[in-house]
Amino acid sequence: MTRLSTKRALAAFAALAPMLLFATGAAANDEPKIDTGDMAWMMTSTVIVLMMTIPGVALFYAGMVRKKNVLATLMQSFAACALITIVWMVAGYSLAFSGDGKYIGDLGRLFLSGMMETWDKPWDEMTITEPVFMTFQMTFAIITAALITGSLADRMKFSALLLFLALWSLLVYSPVAHWVWGGGFMDGWGVLDFAGGTVVHINAGVAGLVGAIVLGKRRGYGTENMAPHNLSLSVIGASLLWVGWFGFNGGSATASDANAGLAIAVTQIATAAAALAWMFAEWAVKGKPSVLGVISGAVAGLVGITPAAGFVAPVGALVIGVAAGIASWWASTELKRMLKYDDSLDVWGVHGVAGVVGAILTGLFAVEAIGKTAGGVGQMIIQVQGVVVTIIYTGIVSFILLKLVDLLVGLRVSEEEEVEGLDTALHGERLG
Amino acid sequence: MKLIMAIIKPFKLDDVREALTPLGVQGLTVSEVKGFGRQKGQTEIYRGAEYHVNFLPKVKIELVVEDGMVDAVCEAITKSAHTGKIGDGKIFVLEVERAIRIRTGETDAAAL
Repeated sequence: MTRLSTKRALAAFAALAPMLLFATGAAANDEPKIDTGDMAWMMTSTVIVLMMTIPGVALFYAGMVRKKNVLATLMQSFAACALITIVWMVAGYSLAFSGDGKYIGDLGRLFLSGMMETWDKPWDEMTITEPVFMTFQMTFAIITAALITGSLADRMKFSALLLFLALWSLLVYSPVAHWVWGGGFMDGWGVLDFAGGTVVHINAGVAGLVGAIVLGKRRGYGTENMAPHNLSLSVIGASLLWVGWFGFNGGSATASDANAGLAIAVTQIATAAAALAWMFAEWAVKGKPSVLGVISGAVAGLVGITPAAGFVAPVGALVIGVAAGIASWWASTELKRMLKYDDSLDVWGVHGVAGVVGAILTGLFAVEAIGKTAGGVGQMIIQVQGVVVTIIYTGIVSFILLKLVDLLVGLRVSEEEEVEGLDTALHGERLG
Repeated sequence: MKLIMAIIKPFKLDDVREALTPLGVQGLTVSEVKGFGRQKGQTEIYRGAEYHVNFLPKVKIELVVEDGMVDAVCEAITKSAHTGKIGDGKIFVLEVERAIRIRTGETDAAAL
């Protein structure tokens, strides 16, 4: 987020301002004004980032499960969208973006009531209003929660899922968003995360992996046929994700500016590179270029470029895309089998692994003229620190929350319900 | 009267139909079926997870003809459904005792 570096620059300026401006009295000219172009772009971005979750993630995941669990899978993303909206409104936004705490925000925006005092004024050195910023950020909180559901597919109780996602969003998502974007300690370290490689994707990936391990494997994993029931749904979902990601990365410039424009260009390049990388790797090793492979690669590329979008040039994006595509392919096919966990729809393999690759390579390929930070070994070490701290925090807190939810309502459906399928067992509905 | 039942590759259905029409075949029944023979199954791979699919999709056609047409029909199906690769399918010929056209009550050869 560029707004924070702007904030620091303005703070430095403010310190000098009395001396410089006392004579001229021209300070009023530097007050940010609402820019209708920026407002329009941010509201557009908000809409298309919401589209990434419903129906994007919902379809992407629903196509990969068996026919008996399709509605339950769609339901998880759709319900997460509604649930996290309210969680974010009640306290999530406040904990992420209110106050200057090092580790977590404050309660100054509880129920968003504090926001209404300045709702129509430019917000926090930006040229947009706070309701727009708040809603844009809300769509990020929503998609992060929805992404986790992929690793829990086919076997989690719906009540347990809702409880876990609400707690996780408050106690993991909001703090990590605060660390990186809300003025917390990672921002102080200088960790670069333009649009959420760490906050969204590593975060969701680790929570997904922990969830898959705590929940245990699906019944029949490794012996029964669990082939996707309809990959055409997944192709539509992945395509909606690809298109929506222009709002995700482009909107993270929080303005309709040159940075947003470059973010969109490098996003397209990295995504294409990763789709091809996964496709060719699979083609070479397994003999056939699969549909699931090429769309998974595209998503890995989108994830990989997310932290880098406002910091790197096109060639950097190309390398990040190839690396993210190959790494995710390996993690989702080989690593998963070696370590024997059932990350059902590869939330860790795609989002976690590509998130880590993207976060670290952002430190290598950052260009000073683009995002005011030059890449190099020093920046890479800062990036690795950010990644490690996030993985440890998310891993531990996700584990505790899952155990707590297990104690309260039980995490997993009964064997009978799992075999019957979650559509009829949990929701009383099914596909024809 | 004989029942001719043939299991063929799905994409050959139109060729078989075109080959049977000139012989005076008045109708046939088609079903989508699954099964295995010498072709066994095939392997599908999803993100590294391999699934052996034991039953392959085939098309079953069934038609009843008079005894004199059996050889011509079998030859037409054999030729039109042939690719020379494993999995081309099989033809079975069975005796049929009676046939009745429901609309008119006609029986046997008149009902075909």
